[in-house]
Amino acid sequence: MALGEASISPRLHLAEQTRWRTPEILFWLATLTPYFLFPNYLSLASQIAIAALFALSLDLILGYAGIVSLGHAAFFGIGAYTAGLLSKYGWGEPLSGLVVAAFAAGVVGYATSFVICRFRHLALIMLTLGFGLLLAELANTLGWITGGMDGLQGIHTWKLLGTFPFDLYGRAAYAYALVVLFILFLFARRLIHSPFGLSLRGIRENFVRMPAIGAPSRGHIRTIYTIAACIAGVAGALLAQTTETVSLDSLGFERSAEIVVMLVLGGAGRLYGGIVGATIYVVARDQFSGVVPQYWYFWIGILLVAVVVFLPNGIVGGLTQLAARWGRK
Amino acid sequence: MRGLICGFAALTLGLIATAADAQDTVKIGLIMSYSGQFADAAAQIDNAIKLYMKQHGDTVAGKKIELIRKDTGGIAPDVAKRLAQELIVRDHADIIAGFVLTPNALAAADVSAEAKKFMVVMNAATSIITTKSPYLARTSVTTPMLNGTLGNWAAKHGIKRAYTMVSDYGPGIDAESAFHTGFKSAGGEIVGSVRFPVANPDFSAFIQRAKDANPDAIYIWIPGGAQPAAVGKALAERGIDPSKVKVLGQDALTAESAVKSMGDAALGIITCANYDFNHQSALNRAFVEAYNEDFKRNPDFFSIGGYDGMHLIYETLKKTGGKTDGDSLIAAAKGMSWESPRGPMSIDPETRDVIETVYINRVERVGGRLLNVELDKVEAVKDPVKAQMKK
Repeated sequence: MALGEASISPRLHLAEQTRWRTPEILFWLATLTPYFLFPNYLSLASQIAIAALFALSLDLILGYAGIVSLGHAAFFGIGAYTAGLLSKYGWGEPLSGLVVAAFAAGVVGYATSFVICRFRHLALIMLTLGFGLLLAELANTLGWITGGMDGLQGIHTWKLLGTFPFDLYGRAAYAYALVVLFILFLFARRLIHSPFGLSLRGIRENFVRMPAIGAPSRGHIRTIYTIAACIAGVAGALLAQTTETVSLDSLGFERSAEIVVMLVLGGAGRLYGGIVGATIYVVARDQFSGVVPQYWYFWIGILLVAVVVFLPNGIVGGLTQLAARWGRK
Repeated sequence: MRGLICGFAALTLGLIATAADAQDTVKIGLIMSYSGQFADAAAQIDNAIKLYMKQHGDTVAGKKIELIRKDTGGIAPDVAKRLAQELIVRDHADIIAGFVLTPNALAAADVSAEAKKFMVVMNAATSIITTKSPYLARTSVTTPMLNGTLGNWAAKHGIKRAYTMVSDYGPGIDAESAFHTGFKSAGGEIVGSVRFPVANPDFSAFIQRAKDANPDAIYIWIPGGAQPAAVGKALAERGIDPSKVKVLGQDALTAESAVKSMGDAALGIITCANYDFNHQSALNRAFVEAYNEDFKRNPDFFSIGGYDGMHLIYETLKKTGGKTDGDSLIAAAKGMSWESPRGPMSIDPETRDVIETVYINRVERVGGRLLNVELDKVEAVKDPVKAQMKK
C-alpha cells in the first residue's frame, strides 16, 4: 500500500479517497437487482431510494459537519409541498419539479443557516426541533394552501420524460428515484472528498480552531447546510411525485426522528451509512409490520440499541472495520 | 447467476401458487394504523372484523375469505398508497378495506380507482373520501353528518345562542363548519367561536371566555384521547351548570373511557353519535355481549364501522355470486340496506356513502354507571357536504 506517498501529498491523498473500490461498484450494481429478483417490490424499493437520499442529505450535515438536526424533515416537507403544489396547479413535469423543489428548500435552508452556524450541540438540537415544529404548525394553519390535515389533493405527475407513466407496479418510480439518488450521491461523494469536505470534518472535530488554518467555520456550515437542504428537498419532491400524495407528516417531527435513526443504524459520516440504514429500516418495517404490526417498533428499538452498543460507527462502520481486519491477516 | 435462477424459480412458483388459489379465495387487504398513536382504533375495528367472521364463518359464496393485515403506523399517505399497490399487485388482494385516518384513505382511494378494486372505508370520516374512487363505499359516518345534525337539532330544541370551540386542524374545522351551518339553518345564532391547538392541555381559559359570552350552549369538538378529562376539569372549575348552559359535542367527547376520566363533570353533556354500546335494541345487546366475551371490552364507534364493513363485503359477495371485480361489487353495494347493531343503515346508491340514524345522546347516571342515554334521534341522515356539492 502506498501509504507513505499518499499521506505526503494532499492531492494524492484525496485522489486515493475518490478511487472507486470493488465493493462500491458491486453495491450500485446490486441496486438494479430488484428489477429481476423482486419485480413486485419496486414501489417499496423506490421508497427506500427516497429515504436513502434523505438520509444522505442528513449525513452531509450530521455525519460530516457535526450539525445535529432533529428538524431536517422541514426541508423534505418543503420540497414535497413545492412539487405537489406545482403539480396541483398544472405543472406536473417531474424533472423541472425537482429543480424547483430543490431551489425552494435551498432558499429556506440558506436563510436558516445564518442562525444554525452560530450554535453547536444541544442548542442546535433545540433550534432545529423548534424550527421543524414551527413549520409543521404553519402548514397546518395554512390549510387553504397545504390541504391541512387531509393532505394536498389533486396531484398528478406527468409521464417521466414524456414516455414512462408512474403506474401501480412502480417501475418508473424506482428507476426515477434510483437515478436521482445515484447522481446526487456522486455529487456528495465528490464534495466530501474535496478540500471543502476535509475542512467540514475539521469543523466537526474542532469548530473554533478551523478558522486558524484558513477554513471559515461559519461560512462552510452555511454552505453545507444549504446543500443538504436542497438534497432533502429533492427527496421530498421525489416522494410527492412518485406517490402523488403530500401530507403534514412529510414535515413532521416523526419523519425527522426516523431519518436520524436510519442514519445512526447505517453509520453516520460514511456516505453509504444512510443508504444501508434506510434499506434496513424500511425493509424491517415492511416485514415486521406484516407479521405482528403492533410491535414492529420493538424490533427496531432492539436493533438500534444493539447497533449503538456494539457497532458505534453503525453497520457500515462495523463492516469496514471487519473488512480492514480481514485484509490485514 | 445462481441467485437469479433461484429468484426466477421462486417467482414462477409464486405465480403458480397464486393462480391456483385465486379461484377459491377472496383476499381482503386491511390497511390500518395498527401501531402508533391511533393503534387502539385499528384494534377495535380489527376485533369487530374477527367477531363478524367468527359469527358468519369464513366462507362466502363458496369462497374462503383471507385477510392480509398491513400497518401504516399513523398518518402516512405515502405508505398507505404503497401498501394498497402492493396488496393488489403482489398479494392479488380483491378488496381493500379498513382505513382509520382520512389522509391514508384518500391516498389508497387513488389506487382503488386506478386498479378498479372495491374499497371499504371503515372509519375515516371526511366527506370527500367517497368522491376519490368510483369503487369506494363507506360504512362509518362523516363528521358533517353528525355535527350538522346536532347543530340543527340544538336550534330546534330551545338553544338560540351557541359558542363553539374546536381543535384547530382538519376534522375540527370540518365539525365546526358543519355545526355552524346546521345551527344557523334552523335559526340559531353563533355568538363566538374559537379554535385551540390540537395538543392543548388546559381548557380553562377557553371555557371562561365561552362562559363570558353568555351563550345557551357551548359546543366542543376535540379528538378524544387525554383531552376529555381536561375539558371535564375545566368545565367543573369554571362552574358551568348543565341545567343553564348546555355542553354539546361529538361522540369522542363522551366515549366510554372519556366519561370514566371525566367523572361527574360529564353528566348532562349532549353528543351526536352514529353508535354507542348503550343503544337499546336486541341486536345490539347480543353484539355487545358477544364482543365482551371475546375481547373483554365494549365495542365503540370504531368497532361498528368494522363490523358493518365486513357485513357489506359479505353481502356484496353473496349478491355477485363470488365475483370480485370492482364493477360487480360496487354495483352490488349501491343501495344495499340492512339492520345493524347501530340501527337501520344503507349505502347511498348515488354517493356510495352511508345513510344512517344519528342519535342525540346525553350522559346520565344509570344504575351507578355514567352512560350515554338516547335523548332523540334523526333518521336516514345523508352527508350534507356532498348534497351541497351537487347543488
